Amino acid sequence: MIYKVISKPEFRAFVDALVRANTSYGPRQVDTGRNGEPIYQFMPVSSADEIAFDYTVTASSAKHLLMPFREELSKFSFRDGNWSQEVSYDAPPIVLFGLRPCDINAINLLDEVMLKGPYPSPYYLARRKNTFIIGMDHLPLPDCFCKSMNRHTTDHGFNLFASDIGEKYFLSINSSKAFNFLKEFETADPTYEDDCLLIERRKTIKQSFQTNVEVTGLPMFLDLEFDSPIWEKWGDKCLNCGTCAMVCPTCYCYNVEEHVETGLGSSSREKRLYSCNLVDFAEVTGGHNFRPKNGDRLKYRYYHHYRGFAVNDNQQICVGCNRCGRACLAGINPKDVINDLRLEKESCMTCVSPSPQKS
Amino acid sequence: MNHLGFDIEKLKIGSFDFTCCEGCQLQLANKESTLPEFLALLDIRNFREISSERLDDYDIALVEGSITRQDEVERLKAIRAQAKVLVAYGTCACFGGMNAQKNKFPKEECIRTVYGDKQIDTMQESHKISDFVTVDYSIPGCPVNKEEVERIVVSIATRSPIALPKYPVCVECKQRLNTCLFDLGEVCLGPISRAGCDAVCPSGKTVCLGCRGPADGINYDSFVQLVKDKELSTDEMNEKLAFYNGFTEYLNHEG
Ligand code: SF4
Ligand code: SF4
Ligand code: SF4
Ligand code: SF4
Ligand code: SF4
Repeated sequence: MIYKVISKPEFRAFVDALVRANTSYGPRQVDTGRNGEPIYQFMPVSSADEIAFDYTVTASSAKHLLMPFREELSKFSFRDGNWSQEVSYDAPPIVLFGLRPCDINAINLLDEVMLKGPYPSPYYLARRKNTFIIGMDHLPLPDCFCKSMNRHTTDHGFNLFASDIGEKYFLSINSSKAFNFLKEFETADPTYEDDCLLIERRKTIKQSFQTNVEVTGLPMFLDLEFDSPIWEKWGDKCLNCGTCAMVCPTCYCYNVEEHVETGLGSSSREKRLYSCNLVDFAEVTGGHNFRPKNGDRLKYRYYHHYRGFAVNDNQQICVGCNRCGRACLAGINPKDVINDLRLEKESCMTCVSPSPQKS
Repeated sequence: MNHLGFDIEKLKIGSFDFTCCEGCQLQLANKESTLPEFLALLDIRNFREISSERLDDYDIALVEGSITRQDEVERLKAIRAQAKVLVAYGTCACFGGMNAQKNKFPKEECIRTVYGDKQIDTMQESHKISDFVTVDYSIPGCPVNKEEVERIVVSIATRSPIALPKYPVCVECKQRLNTCLFDLGEVCLGPISRAGCDAVCPSGKTVCLGCRGPADGINYDSFVQLVKDKELSTDEMNEKLAFYNGFTEYLNHEG
């Protein structure tokens, strides 16, 4: 890693040049909410003016830029009673600007799932390799809990990371590409004072978290609480709408559909991101549904995020961005569900060990 | 026609309209890019919008429109008797549709308002066709989505399974990165309506009115709670639920 500092106007000029020259995505305000709050999304940007440099958080994550909501996996052609398959891993290079540390950590987790297993995804790899990521730090929102998940800082998975140290950005340069792009702009080696400002900035960020979700020992808790009534309680609220998984930066489940084209001469195989909360997620041929109840399905979403599945070394895959909590129309959010689960367990501990009464 | 070494017979199809705007049938002639291929799959025996043939030896009947007159019931039953496969085509046929707006008013009042003193034969309610005949497949939508129609027709032709998405519109809405209309202070039926339209309404900043009917396993109680929690109007919600008549069983169950 190479460290540099850059003035804010110069950084803006650098970003402007970069996004003008490349297909780029960055945070943009797309709406104003009911209470006047700006709503942001990662959207195509073609100049620095279009980017909301001081954005808070995007409603949806950036994962669809690496793993599209819909993606054609292959095309089949039928001719003379025979068939042929065409697969393409084409991914044009893109710049992804403004990702938060939790978002970058989320991509690192996706890398493990999509690239480390016995069957790495060439589709994902093609996109990932061609994505230039610029991260930016920020002060957490009142409901961010990435610090609880220990995903509030990151040291890999990006090309360039900009920390706001007042008049300047402190740049962590993590790729030769980024280094070369920056050569044409005015940067300086960080002074002792810059280093201090960075440490100060990190401290401020760390101390600004208002939401703490207690996740230590949670994997075991979840195992013990497999039959907890809280799953039914929260499941009764769940609309089975899949919104949480769509906005989540680490949900990666998908469904594969095949369609014969109208002329019957070709067909396509398409991947569509799915959600374990959707009613037929665990339905199999013949119609049996392994998770028929809302609570069953919600439970598994929490299991995957806070207990982990073997495919990603039993790691917790939630990075604590709380996008799911903000977007859920039924008011279901990790903090409340996990607290409820803990309360459940604690009250149970007090009731199974009452002081023995002499009769 | 030959597909993967199998001979595929053209589908002998008839299309019939009842009480409706015929907009769904018109959709069949839409999407010009694949129209020739689409028509090549079909042997049109009876279809007013496309051809002047009037033959009664169809296997598949697309039935569009709701049932609002007694003579329509007889005609519908005759179609059922002939068709091997009967498809409820469009929201009116599937649920009664917009025509069911009249259901909550006395029939006489409706007739007077629309037709004045003319003598009109109409039922008290606009009915979905499954109130009278067995329906094999439903293709909801106001109007239907031609892509979905093509897909289902191709599935029938190639004998592949036919299914509509079971999940609600929100999935597709989120995939299009739309701002949720609840966040803008509106009541949207997306969380309880069947997807498959690519969330076309919320993508145009108009709330979903549920033209595709309820999704599978919807959580109606939680939906009502959501509207209340957001301090939005339940009257407005009920009006929307009644718009296409797809949610009658839930509306009645709430009282
Ligand atoms: S938890 Fe919330 S966002 Fe997720 S499926 Fe349930 S209702 Fe939808
Ligand atoms: S199983 Fe559920 S929680 Fe896990 S990645 Fe899939 S959709 Fe997300
Ligand atoms: S589960 Fe929720 S809080 Fe965790 S990473 Fe996904 S969207 Fe963010
Ligand atoms: S706008 Fe409607 S369809 Fe879209 S997410 Fe919100 S409730 Fe769901
Ligand atoms: S968004 Fe709702 S009303 Fe609009 S087409 Fe889809 S199901 Fe119908």
